[in-house]
Amino acid sequence: MDLLGALLLVAGAAFLFLGGLGLVRMPDVFNRIQAGTKATTLGTLLTLAGFACLRPDWAVKLLLIGLFILFTNPISSQVLARSAHRAGAEKSPLTGVDRLAEQEGRPS
Amino acid sequence: MSPILTGMTVLLCLAMIVAALAAIRVKSLPMAILAGGLVSLILSVVFLILAAPDVAMTEAAIGSGLTTFLFFFVLSRMRGGEDD
Amino acid sequence: MVETLITLAAILAGAAFLMALYRFLQGPSSADRVVAFDVMTIIGITGIVLVAYMEGRGIYLDVALVYALLSFLGVIAVARYLERGY
Repeated sequence: MDLLGALLLVAGAAFLFLGGLGLVRMPDVFNRIQAGTKATTLGTLLTLAGFACLRPDWAVKLLLIGLFILFTNPISSQVLARSAHRAGAEKSPLTGVDRLAEQEGRPS
Repeated sequence: MSPILTGMTVLLCLAMIVAALAAIRVKSLPMAILAGGLVSLILSVVFLILAAPDVAMTEAAIGSGLTTFLFFFVLSRMRGGEDD
Repeated sequence: MVETLITLAAILAGAAFLMALYRFLQGPSSADRVVAFDVMTIIGITGIVLVAYMEGRGIYLDVALVYALLSFLGVIAVARYLERGY
């Protein structure tokens, strides 16, 4: 059980590391939001699961923290991406498709 | 104190100094407020390492949550009054 | 064995924190900085839980709970401010 918890912990920390790496390496704002919130959400949930395996008596409180993160983090990333899009953040040439601009009827 | 906590304290204090310097060096006002919130976030973790969970909880609630929210509320009310 | 793996996880999370701090200082636009702030908040929650495990005190988890709720409000406030123009 301890070993499983520690392995989950390292896997979650590796996802956090990959999220940070994506935050540095990605070319524009939307890709950074993509890397910075999805990877870190999964990484934090895996880390909390690892701590719940290490200390089973904390499992309820850790589950509560995980639920809050699971609810709030996608909402904040979506609001952030929409506000960046409305404020006219420039896109990198690699970012081709822009469905929101097509739907709102303005040139992408 | 274990070596992990010692290394974490050193890293957090250095990051706090860097964030405080960013708060006074950055050009736009909202980003300065955000850097102030970052200082408060790191400070609450440092308080937790110093074994003061009540101070850390107050710092997280007031310093990082309420102050940032309040500053942005005031900043959206005083639009156009900036002097630079 | 478990101790080594926890140390490795702490080093990886610290490296992620430093990279997010680099993006916060460097970020060309405001949205980049807000994304970096969000990522640093989440890594901070992980760090709080790690400190709680290292010290062995369950009361520290309440700080992480408060933080998970309040950081959300901060990011929403910043995003609403940015959406209405500068």
